[in-house]
Amino acid sequence: MELLLAISIGILGGSGVWLLLRPRTYQVIIGLSLCSYAVNLFIFSMGRLRSGAAPILSSRTGSLADYADPLPQALVLTAIVIGFATTALFLVVLLASRGLTGTDHVDGQEQ
Amino acid sequence: MSKDVLLTILIVLPFVGSVIAATFRPNARNSEAWLAGGVALICLSLTAFAYPTIADGGVVRTDVEWIPEFGLSFALRLDGFAWMFAMLVTGIGFLVVLYARYYMSPSDPVPRFFSLLLAFMGSMLGIIIAGNLIILVFFWELTSIFSFLLIGYWHGNAGARDGARMALLVTGLGGFALLAGVILIGQIVGSYDLDIVLASGEAIREHSLYLPALVLVLLGALTKSAQFPFHFWLPNAMAAPTPVSAFLHSATMVKAGVFLLARLWPVMAGTPEWFWLLGLAGMASLLFGAFFAIFQHDMKGLLAYSTISHLGLITMLLSLGSPLGAVAAIFHMMNHATFKASLFMAAGIIDHETGTRDMRKLGGLFRYMPVTATLAMVASAAMAGVPLLNGFLSKEMFFAEAIETHVHSVLDTSQPYVAVLASAFAVTYSLRFIHSVFFGRKPTDLPREPHEPPFWMRMPSMFLVLACLVVGVAPAATVGPYLYTAVESVLGQRTPKFSLAVWHGFNLPLIMSAVALVAGALLYLALKDYLRHSPVGPPLLRHVNGRRLFERGVLVPSLKWAQSAQRVLSTRRLQPQLRILLLAAFAAALAPISLGSLGLQWPDWSNIDAVLALVWLTGAGCAIGAAYQAKYHRLVALILLGGAGLSTCITFAWFSAPDLALTQLVVEVVTTILILLGLRWLPKRVEDMNLGPAPPSARLRRSRDAAIAFVVGAGLATLAYAAMMLPLSDPISSYFLERSYVEGGGRNVVNVILVDFRGFDTMGEITVLAAVALTVYALLRRFRPAPDNVGSPEQQIRQNAFDEAEPDRKPGDTIGDYLLVPAVIMQWLFPVIIVLALYLFLRGHDLPGGGFVAGVALATAFILQYLASGTTLVEDRLRILPVNWIGLSLLLAATTGMASWLFGYPFLTSHSQYVELPVIGAVPAATALFFDLGVFGLVVGATVLMLIALAHQSIRKLRAARTTTARTPEA
Repeated sequence: MELLLAISIGILGGSGVWLLLRPRTYQVIIGLSLCSYAVNLFIFSMGRLRSGAAPILSSRTGSLADYADPLPQALVLTAIVIGFATTALFLVVLLASRGLTGTDHVDGQEQ
Repeated sequence: MSKDVLLTILIVLPFVGSVIAATFRPNARNSEAWLAGGVALICLSLTAFAYPTIADGGVVRTDVEWIPEFGLSFALRLDGFAWMFAMLVTGIGFLVVLYARYYMSPSDPVPRFFSLLLAFMGSMLGIIIAGNLIILVFFWELTSIFSFLLIGYWHGNAGARDGARMALLVTGLGGFALLAGVILIGQIVGSYDLDIVLASGEAIREHSLYLPALVLVLLGALTKSAQFPFHFWLPNAMAAPTPVSAFLHSATMVKAGVFLLARLWPVMAGTPEWFWLLGLAGMASLLFGAFFAIFQHDMKGLLAYSTISHLGLITMLLSLGSPLGAVAAIFHMMNHATFKASLFMAAGIIDHETGTRDMRKLGGLFRYMPVTATLAMVASAAMAGVPLLNGFLSKEMFFAEAIETHVHSVLDTSQPYVAVLASAFAVTYSLRFIHSVFFGRKPTDLPREPHEPPFWMRMPSMFLVLACLVVGVAPAATVGPYLYTAVESVLGQRTPKFSLAVWHGFNLPLIMSAVALVAGALLYLALKDYLRHSPVGPPLLRHVNGRRLFERGVLVPSLKWAQSAQRVLSTRRLQPQLRILLLAAFAAALAPISLGSLGLQWPDWSNIDAVLALVWLTGAGCAIGAAYQAKYHRLVALILLGGAGLSTCITFAWFSAPDLALTQLVVEVVTTILILLGLRWLPKRVEDMNLGPAPPSARLRRSRDAAIAFVVGAGLATLAYAAMMLPLSDPISSYFLERSYVEGGGRNVVNVILVDFRGFDTMGEITVLAAVALTVYALLRRFRPAPDNVGSPEQQIRQNAFDEAEPDRKPGDTIGDYLLVPAVIMQWLFPVIIVLALYLFLRGHDLPGGGFVAGVALATAFILQYLASGTTLVEDRLRILPVNWIGLSLLLAATTGMASWLFGYPFLTSHSQYVELPVIGAVPAATALFFDLGVFGLVVGATVLMLIALAHQSIRKLRAARTTTARTPEA
């Protein structure tokens, strides 16, 4: 399972990086989204992969033996929301830049 | 009023005044002057009020602990010497404010001027009454900064900018050296406290670090006091408005250097190093300053060089290490401040009334402004050292010291001759200042017809001249006791007997004075005609230009070389930067891996679940497809991106993270809508089938980028795999699992971490979210699309044309027909989604859900209504006001956090219990719920605001941006 997820992270990240290096702003925004999937999964996987571990406490206290690791989840949860916000910001910046420069090249001018 | 409060007020008041002054209207000269003058006057009275306490060697102190671990306390300390200086700074400050009221023209933005002037006064008072050396250096740097801003007040003028920059560089670097020197002293003594340092003179002088500390402190003092070889910034600082020159560059700031030397005199003076370093700098400044002053044509330039020379005199007196020398130095600091400030004011008046400061153009002004002329003459006479004026008294003391022998050396032997020569030069330039401006031929081509200035503009100068006269005639009766107090606070036990009298009988100093007066007058007669037409600067030495040396030595390396380096080494293009960044990241990750092994095991293929493998087969395909299609087929790329997102979402659910899966799902929805809304504003790009193969350069670029992407992806996969295979050893997560219910009152540990344990982080994150949403909103308010996007999209035009052609249809019907059934469902879903969002929110503490996911869910409910009915229709019925949601929610989150202060707990401490609600049942009612409510509302507001702002662009009447013509895009 770890291998599968690792390869998936690699493919997501690689596709994202390829798009980051493209000249069109739309490519970059898609690339950033792909990268954020990869990074979120990467951080999430630092709590190790456990299918079937309970995420919700059923007794007063719990230990990692019985429950999923909550910490990476908490980190990734806010990262997802903030990721949405930055995507929106980048989208608006790229639209404004397209309006002002007349091109959707990342440098604001065709090379 | 207790005396230590007094010091605090003294230091705080000018800065408060400065802030208030900055808020006035640009042309409020009168109210600014009242405010600034009032502040200066209050500070003056407070200082005067403290005199009885410090009169017999007492010290007023106040201490506020700052960082006690480093021996730093915000200590303020007022003794006799500091008192004298504080009186000078506040008194002359008051007069300068009064003068500036009339000097500044109605078109100058005065709030900035008075605000900076007050802030400068506060900083200067800070240097004077600092009781801790670090505090002293802090205020020292502040004076450099405010001086920079004041010199550059007329920033439209290149000379002002250059002068300001030079002053800042020189004094700022000096301040840096001083800081290093002070830290060395602190290391030697073990404390930065001024009282302790002053008591450890012996230890400092005998320490091996004495010489480095001395050199560094002297660097600070000599740069500030514009002493040779750092004098060149002062003449260039004359681009400042004249009140600034009068206040900063004669009376106060440049005196900070000699103030510090006198302050540290008891602990550092008396060694040969002190004598040689200071003596040489002082003597060179005294002699060359006076000599250069003769050949200046700008009145302020002459006064600037004269200031260098007089400060050189003070430096030289301090270098001697004899108590009587120190007395003369302190006395001359006082005298120089009075006559030089008044002379600068006179120069300013003449500039103001005639429009020029060039002494070659001026002449015969006595007839037009007799009062100003008389005042300037008396002040000049004081500067030249004419008897019955204060300058004469300290100059006599200087001569008396110069003929004494202190350290057997050439430097000491030559002192009397240098002193007489420099005094003769002083007489020459003083004579020139008066004669060329007020006497001689009547000016013909003056920019303005000269006349007397308003009375209140003359008044400050008059007051200062009166002081020169009174002190000069009856020194012992006027300044005598104050001078004694000041001297005693510096010298302590070593205070010598000295007499302040005009007449000491026929002695050598008197003869030297007479020689200097006669020689100076003769020299002026000889040079008079030459000076009428000569270029600026003394013959032969004219080309030794400190400014040019400075520019070559400092500006070229720091500015020009940096610019060239930037041109060669950097790029403004994004792609190369990203490429470098990625490769650097890869190298940074590779280095530790190559050093130690990752402990990679041979992968185990057996435990892979077929379903998840299928999920990721799809997910990876989607990712690669999105990467491939993002250029020409944006919609396809977006859908494929959603596919990859969905795989991610399933993975979260698979590996026991229902919260993440939920959040990912709803965020996926809004992200897709967001980008869909953006697509309309992007340029049309059609893949040309007949283009043939791409040019080799493009293919090379793509293969290179593909290689980078492959390497980074492979590295990421390896790293992820290696990390996942490492055994987990006692992570901090156990802490949260153990306490989430017991202390946080919630069973959903992830949610409890977000709203309770790490509530402060979440607070920060929702603040970021709010800031981003507002930024998006602000950016879109001024949105101008590219010209080709202004018109309606092709499909819309076609649909509307069809609708208009049919008699029973109106524009928009076709699109309405398409969505007829979905629209009804979407409208019906509105209450359902609201209930779902509330449900997700309320159960969040104990079950998957919470503020974030509930907020995004509710936002989709609103967005669906927009999709179903169109922007105009929705807004007719529903007012959402997302900005209010954001503001109120942030307030709610913050007040929830602050409420715990009321109970004596730190910010965001939560309290929990269950509340029985009718129908719904037991609801966890931790105070964290209110915080989560804030998160919820903010996420709703931010998401809706961003999406709606973008959606609105389609119905706005848009104006196209005036763009540079879009060139045809290529690969």
